[in-house]
Amino acid sequence: MKRLSLLLLGGLAMAAVAACPGKKPDTTPTPTGPNTDSIEAERRRADSIKQAEAEARAREAAERERQQHIADSLAAIGQTTNAVKTMLATLIHFDYDKAVIRGGDASVLDQKVSILQANPALRIRISGHCDERGSDEYNLALGNRRATAAKQYLVSHGIDGGRIETVSYGEERPADPGHDEEAWSKNRRDEFEILAGGDALKQP
Amino acid sequence: MTRALGIAALCLAVVAPARLTAQDTSAVDRGVRIGILYRPGVRPGIVVLTGRAPALDSVRAIMARDIDYSDRFELITLPGSDSIRLAAPAPPAVPGPRPAAGTGSGKTSGGAASAGGLNYPLYQALGADFAVAVTPAGGDSLAVTVHDVAGGAVRRELRSRLPPLTDPGFRMAVHRLSDRVLEATLGAPGIAATRVLFVMDGKVYVIDQDGAERHLVSSTDHAAMSPAWAADGRRFSYMEFWQGHGRLFVQDVATGKRAPVATTGQALDFTPAFSPDGKTLAFSRAIEEGTDVYTVNIKDGCCLQRLTVGRFYDNLSPTYSPDGQRIAFVSTRAGLPQIYVMGADGTDPQLFAPFDYGATGSSNAPEWSPDGQAVAFHRDVAGTLQVFVLDVRTRAVRQLTSVGRNEDPTWAPDSRHMAFVSDRSGYRQLWIIDLETGRIRPLLQQSGARLPAWSPRLPETASPTP
Repeated sequence: MKRLSLLLLGGLAMAAVAACPGKKPDTTPTPTGPNTDSIEAERRRADSIKQAEAEARAREAAERERQQHIADSLAAIGQTTNAVKTMLATLIHFDYDKAVIRGGDASVLDQKVSILQANPALRIRISGHCDERGSDEYNLALGNRRATAAKQYLVSHGIDGGRIETVSYGEERPADPGHDEEAWSKNRRDEFEILAGGDALKQP
Repeated sequence: MTRALGIAALCLAVVAPARLTAQDTSAVDRGVRIGILYRPGVRPGIVVLTGRAPALDSVRAIMARDIDYSDRFELITLPGSDSIRLAAPAPPAVPGPRPAAGTGSGKTSGGAASAGGLNYPLYQALGADFAVAVTPAGGDSLAVTVHDVAGGAVRRELRSRLPPLTDPGFRMAVHRLSDRVLEATLGAPGIAATRVLFVMDGKVYVIDQDGAERHLVSSTDHAAMSPAWAADGRRFSYMEFWQGHGRLFVQDVATGKRAPVATTGQALDFTPAFSPDGKTLAFSRAIEEGTDVYTVNIKDGCCLQRLTVGRFYDNLSPTYSPDGQRIAFVSTRAGLPQIYVMGADGTDPQLFAPFDYGATGSSNAPEWSPDGQAVAFHRDVAGTLQVFVLDVRTRAVRQLTSVGRNEDPTWAPDSRHMAFVSDRSGYRQLWIIDLETGRIRPLLQQSGARLPAWSPRLPETASPTP
């Protein structure tokens, strides 16, 4: 930005120099009157070309600045969008063989409610996951309960259920491949994924 | 001569039982406890011979292993069967391509040491009740002669034309012969010509019951789960994840072609189970209301029916009784998942495997035995899973395993063997247990194999090698 301003200043300065009428040569009158006129005309023509060029440069610079403004504001929106996406993707976790939203996770879901309210075009998918301790096939049903539990929370806080899809992967997609409680507690989770309307998100 | 033989027999007789005892002890050490105690020596002894036909060694080896894995015999192995046969009083040991009259087909009997030239008293001294001799019968044919050692006669001669050793169908052809030997000796149907489907790394594989011939059968594009056989052994079904939905497929064994099951794939559909007549597929469907058991007519691709209705609990993992009248399934209506049973139309659901409320752990993965008398499942015991068997008539439940985590049992067609997943060796792999003797053996020594499904006896025309 700073560099661009300097460039711009430079450009303006050059334009100013170019536009400034050059020191006229004090020519002695000569009989060649028509010639004097043609020289003067030639000079004016050159001056006007220079001026036009300078104006063009100035316009270009202004355009560059305008583009930069757009890029900057887009970046700002992008930053906001990414921040919102990160918030939206925050996981919630569950106790073993349970599909009840933990007290501490309610605030995480409240944040998602706000995001969904601030961005009416946003559609999401919630996927429920389990740890490896339970039965492989039962875990598909349990993961389904976990995804549904989060959806019900969002719907009960005013979000249209049509904007939320639920799926279950049981224990098939562990977040942590380990075989201890630390890994299991990470794997008993709901994930939140954007299906549509996530290009530019507003901060709630 | 007689005296020398007697000594030789004595030496061998001492060696053989020692080996068998050791084998059985190792199974007990692995933590299997069953109701029936196995006493060495109760089962009939059998010896498998090839005489002087080294070309048939692989046949003999496969058959001997099949017979061993049937767990119905004491398999007597001889160090160098040739020498024993040479010592037989009535050579020749190897019949010619055109056997002499009397060894024709089926039911020929002869006196001791006549047909096949076996020294019956010697094999009897070794503890053999039966001897199986595999001999060439001209061309690509072979003869399997089943001797009744105690009766001193040939019980049956089986002729078979085997594909070449390199043919993908070779091993299965030998397995079929093994099953015919079991039928000829004990009148019992065998399980040699069977295979097990299982899941590994999200793909479905099939493997022969003896651990050979592993092949990938599902697609590699989508993670798969829950393979299940049709009762005729010509088709199987499994589930694949398609963008968060579960789609069921029915695949033809012979052609390898598969088709998605109508009405599935719009929700999370899983755990398919064929009705015994093969016309209906029962499965679990998870929707926002919960998970319930449904059926769909796969013959006409229509007529989705919901069998269970549980708004606040889940119903899943259906398994048909072999008569097709009932379905056992898992339900969480009492809190933790337990085993229930209902009519095949969804009527009259009731508790199947009794449990102590608040004390008994989760019970899952039921599979009805092919003889209809039992349902195997696994149950959470002290934080790990163990395999249980429910007696359908008495509703008594007994625990089959106790060491390590043991889960997802599947019945062999003889209803006495079972494949399951266990981490008793340190990592999860597939094992096979014989419920009668308690003997266990690994089916696949590879980590990560799970969700096994044991086939029925495979029809010859299915030609299941992909």
